Amino acid sequence: MAQHSFFGYRRENGRVGIRNHVVILPLDDLSNASAEAVANNIKGTLALPHAYGRLQFGEDLELHFRTLIGTGCNPNVAACVVIGIEPSWTGRVVEGIAKTGKPVMGFAIEGQGDINTIAAASRKAQEFVQWASEKQRESCSIKELFVSTKCGESDTTSGLASCPTVGNLIDKLDPLGATTCFGETSELTGAEIVCASRAANPEVKERFMQVFNAYQEVIDRHKTSDLSESQPTKGNIAGGLTTIEEKAFGNLQKIGRKTKFIDVLKPAESPAKGPGLYYMDTSSAAAECVTLQAAAGFVVHLFPTGQGNVIGNPIEPVIKLTANPKTARTMSEHIDLDVSGILRREMSLDEAGDRLIDIMIRTCNGRLTCAEALGHREFVMTKLYQSA
Amino acid sequence: MATDFIVHDKADTVGVVVVEDVQPGKEVTGWIMETDETIHFKSLDAVPLGHKIALRDLKVGDTVLKYGHDVGRIVADVPQGRHVHVHNLKTKRW
Repeated sequence: MAQHSFFGYRRENGRVGIRNHVVILPLDDLSNASAEAVANNIKGTLALPHAYGRLQFGEDLELHFRTLIGTGCNPNVAACVVIGIEPSWTGRVVEGIAKTGKPVMGFAIEGQGDINTIAAASRKAQEFVQWASEKQRESCSIKELFVSTKCGESDTTSGLASCPTVGNLIDKLDPLGATTCFGETSELTGAEIVCASRAANPEVKERFMQVFNAYQEVIDRHKTSDLSESQPTKGNIAGGLTTIEEKAFGNLQKIGRKTKFIDVLKPAESPAKGPGLYYMDTSSAAAECVTLQAAAGFVVHLFPTGQGNVIGNPIEPVIKLTANPKTARTMSEHIDLDVSGILRREMSLDEAGDRLIDIMIRTCNGRLTCAEALGHREFVMTKLYQSA
Repeated sequence: MATDFIVHDKADTVGVVVVEDVQPGKEVTGWIMETDETIHFKSLDAVPLGHKIALRDLKVGDTVLKYGHDVGRIVADVPQGRHVHVHNLKTKRW
């Protein structure tokens, strides 16, 4: 049996992180330049530039705030500097992050200009990063670990072996009290009834079907074809996947054979019902999905790939596994765990699940993932509709 | 004997080529994961690694089963041993 404790950073609110980032968080697209300048000035800090934050409204604006605040609240973040064009919305993000008790301060550009803002924010960022650098890891229980999963550039090897490996891990961690999360609403199409049957109770099942049907309505409203080459993607098709139904059943292997999901989360919503498996309504695009899961507080991500998706996330380490022997060979710098032995009948699913637990614990202890070493920091906000 | 393709469930009508590409005319061996059975037949197409091969004759309108579930409908007849992909299998959704 694999080891089930790890060394993490315990934050002010009791949550446990596995990284110790000081984040420079822009509120909006206009503030990216200042945020990146601060991160360039102060070594060991991390800017998270993104494309949005202006003229959004309604549920889309709420999601924008929930994603930014959630990102700052993630326990992989030790402290946070927020920079926005104006003070009011900047302050809203600062207040949201401050509820965790971690150091956070906001800076607004209007009336100051970039240069003065960068100078003031850099001084604070330096203070934060030197403070954070003295934080020590301590022994933590698997019960304190939040694990998310999503697959990408899937092919038939994903459904046969790499997704079931994640499922094996979920089935092993669930009884131990870990908190886990899957999503990808559109990519459950064809398998939604089977997925719904894995809801822990009728109320959760009904809410899942409501969310699923709402997403189908969006696709039906905007589609101009059967979505072939978008969903499944060109890469999926090259890898042998033909239909969305086939892709969906492969995808669903990630939740294992017996674990039930206990709640339905909105995009970037934090789990509130204790340990267990959560379903989150997300896009099936890799960077969008992982960004939402990180904003919900998940600290380590398991990412099965077939044809070789290279995604990472700036604050939530992304562990990649593949069962495609060609991908393992030709893209080895992206693959943290090769489980192609399952297809050669050299490795059992149970062994593969244990190996994944092992590499996950090592990652939690501080080992850099391939995506971290290669500098993959895809931070992609989900936008629900046009701005005003 | 080496496994050329893998089948999830006993009920499935397609298998997935694993390890390396299959050549036409080859006697191929499949492993059914659910029941740990082995099956054999002759491949009629070049089937790339990761792509599907028909386990029995499939007719237009037939439902294709994989993972024991409906993954789409046949739109061109496919004899056993042929490559199953976007040219003869379509989604029933969207």
